[in-house]
Amino acid sequence: MLGLNKKDFGLLIIVAILTMAAPFILNPFPEGSAMAQFNAGYPDLMQRLVIFGIFAIGFNILFGLTGYLSFGHAAFLGVGSYAAIWMMKLLTMNVIPAIVVSIVIAGLFALLVGWISLRRSGIYFSILTLAFAQMSYALAYSVLTPITGGETGLQPKYTDPRILDGALEAGQSPRANLFGLDMRASSELVMGNWVFTFNAGYYIAAIVMLIAFYMSIRIFRSPFGMMLRAVKSNQQRMNYTGLNSKPYTLAAFVISGMYAGLAGGLLVAMDTQVGAERMFWTASGEVVLMTILGGAGTLIGPVLGAGLIKYMENIVSKINKGVLEQWFAFMPDGIEDLLVTMIYPFVGKGWHLTLGIIFMLVVIFLPGGLVEGGQRIGRLFGRKKPSDSSPDGSKTPAE
Amino acid sequence: MSFSKLTRRGLMKTGAAASAGLTLPTYLRADGHSGFTNAPTGSTVTLGFNVPQSGPYADEGADELRAYELAVEHLNGGGDGGLMNTFSSKALQGNGILGKKVEYVTGDTQTKSDAARASAKSMIEKDGAVMITGGSSSGVAVAVQALCQEAGVIFMAGLTHSNDTTGKDKRANGFRHFFNSYMSGAALAPVLANAYGTDRKAYHLTADYNWGYTTEEAVRSSTEAMGWETVNAVKTPLTQTDFSAYIAPVLQSGADTLVLNHYGGNMVNSLTNAVQFGLRDKQVNGKDFQIVVPLYSRLMAKGAGANVKGIFGSTNWHWSLTDEGSKAFVKSFGTKYGFPPSQAAHTCYVQALLYADAVERAGSFNPCAVVEALEDFEFDGMGNGPTLYRGADHQCFKDVLVVKGKENPESEFDLLEIVEVTPVEQVTYDPDHPQMAGGSLGTCNPGA
Repeated sequence: MLGLNKKDFGLLIIVAILTMAAPFILNPFPEGSAMAQFNAGYPDLMQRLVIFGIFAIGFNILFGLTGYLSFGHAAFLGVGSYAAIWMMKLLTMNVIPAIVVSIVIAGLFALLVGWISLRRSGIYFSILTLAFAQMSYALAYSVLTPITGGETGLQPKYTDPRILDGALEAGQSPRANLFGLDMRASSELVMGNWVFTFNAGYYIAAIVMLIAFYMSIRIFRSPFGMMLRAVKSNQQRMNYTGLNSKPYTLAAFVISGMYAGLAGGLLVAMDTQVGAERMFWTASGEVVLMTILGGAGTLIGPVLGAGLIKYMENIVSKINKGVLEQWFAFMPDGIEDLLVTMIYPFVGKGWHLTLGIIFMLVVIFLPGGLVEGGQRIGRLFGRKKPSDSSPDGSKTPAE
Repeated sequence: MSFSKLTRRGLMKTGAAASAGLTLPTYLRADGHSGFTNAPTGSTVTLGFNVPQSGPYADEGADELRAYELAVEHLNGGGDGGLMNTFSSKALQGNGILGKKVEYVTGDTQTKSDAARASAKSMIEKDGAVMITGGSSSGVAVAVQALCQEAGVIFMAGLTHSNDTTGKDKRANGFRHFFNSYMSGAALAPVLANAYGTDRKAYHLTADYNWGYTTEEAVRSSTEAMGWETVNAVKTPLTQTDFSAYIAPVLQSGADTLVLNHYGGNMVNSLTNAVQFGLRDKQVNGKDFQIVVPLYSRLMAKGAGANVKGIFGSTNWHWSLTDEGSKAFVKSFGTKYGFPPSQAAHTCYVQALLYADAVERAGSFNPCAVVEALEDFEFDGMGNGPTLYRGADHQCFKDVLVVKGKENPESEFDLLEIVEVTPVEQVTYDPDHPQMAGGSLGTCNPGA
């Protein structure tokens, strides 16, 4: 169906169900219970999960298929964001033009960066992309302050021209919308002690993510995807057979830049603000981590990796000493203090440490990322013998 | 994908689970039924403390968090009550806010506007925070302030010194107690003219971002009004750690004063480089060469060590002040943590108390009522003397301290000494002053 084989279609359906039911799945604990700390089903985090999922899917098209490790992908995310916010300032608060322009501008920028960087491969390529990204960051942070707002970033204001929208009342803050549907609008479903939030912005981002995921499956399965995999396995041999691989790698680079631009545009659509830190090299590193953590070269892996990292960043980082003390309050004083002292370095501001440990464990014991972990578990409990292991990504998701 | 066969047992199980689910009281609601965002319903109220716990300002963030924890303790009636005893408004009873016990959630801004907004959003959307406070840089403050305006909660800014926070980026739901670049310039200029004369030639090194620009502009216009001449102003990248290349041309320029519009690690490094180059031992135009640092903090002075001795700067508050409020705050902070508070801790503590007091006086957590209670509110006893929260831009107007690095520090905290307390009249400006122009408060937003 939809030009996919049965297995891929099944995967798409699973992802669709997971994203559509996310408000339920991510909020398993009742409100007010001690475990409610771990609930992730609030609009902002759900939006981030799918948006960074898109970013990682796009990155995986370049890194997972061609093996070119770009260390500057955050630049495209940032350029997309700036393009989107300017559309919102100049044209309209409707998210459609913002998202479309962000994809186009990020694509053009990727064309320029790719055209230069792809002259080299391996570590030199990574360094070139890193240099471009840091250059963009420095430009946005200071040199281009009139365009980018520098340190304080950009936000839509009611004084902006916005030629397509009617004038706002003085003092009203403009809100991103889709033909009048406010991105922040949510309704809540209360079932006993459980509260589930359905947010308009999240569902729009989720649908865009499903489309992006579907396109990535099609790219993986196309002859073009096969060419990209050939680049990864042996580019030299490819060149000797008379094939010019440059157009293929450049196309992959641009597509993946456009995915990043789309993610940047969506970030602005959901939360109308841009800051230059979005382009900092740590942001580029993060998407590499997401992809490797989830499983580079697999279809679902990057999405899982993005989800895990964003979850850690937003949930684990908020566990402070007070929360820990509340958890262990039932224990005798000495043991409580001991437990709090032992766990405290790994939560709150120490979430980076926990993430680092998980990353090391995954890389050492599950080189294929979380997807490999899922497969191993599946094999352990599976009734039938594992089907032929396809290295190319037609893998079942880790559930 | 495989679907298991439908069995009688399976069907019964599913049916039982489904009916259990349906018996739960279920209803669908759109948010905003209570009149304003996150109206506290139970016996507690949640505040969000959004401070940098990692990144370049982590030290300040840690001190801010200590101050907030102390404020919550005092609001709930614990400890010695701190500034609540000296505060001119007596609305706070030590029984929480409006009788509701104060609880708090914390988050890490990482000194990045994206992370700060994500953290603030999770506090608002998930934890039900009715007020967000904190921050240790202007970029973050401006970003979070705009978010709070959209979401309909109050934002009480922490340490943010750029003019923009209550200038071109001001918002009706946001309030700032800390002073700003303009005030630094206005307070410093007369002191500098007294100490160094009115015919100086100044050379500016400016951190290449918004705060640097506004500070340079403020110091420049104030000193030029005194008769100084600005020889050159050079922007330095924020990530720069070695400033030798920027210091060397200063001597050739004929300037006799160096103004370092740097903050945090930047200032520590540039000042250290300048002193190592021997600038302060030089004679130019027949005068001793001097260095000025517009914004000082104790943590920076600590980083720069002996190099700060005798160097002028401005600060919002210092623990060596001897008024009743400052003494009370230093005492309760010192008792709890064992060392004196920084200016970041002071401004955050005061902001938390001011918010709680405004809610008490307004009799409601509704942001619009709080805004009304805070606008043009005059108070005293918080360590800065008589203070006005101006309604036109939500900026506090109070005396500004001009300090200099102490020649003979007695302890690792005793690094700055107060040279002059510039009275508030001298640092007051019109809300539409050119350095602040271009913004509008808008109207308060109570949320959906």
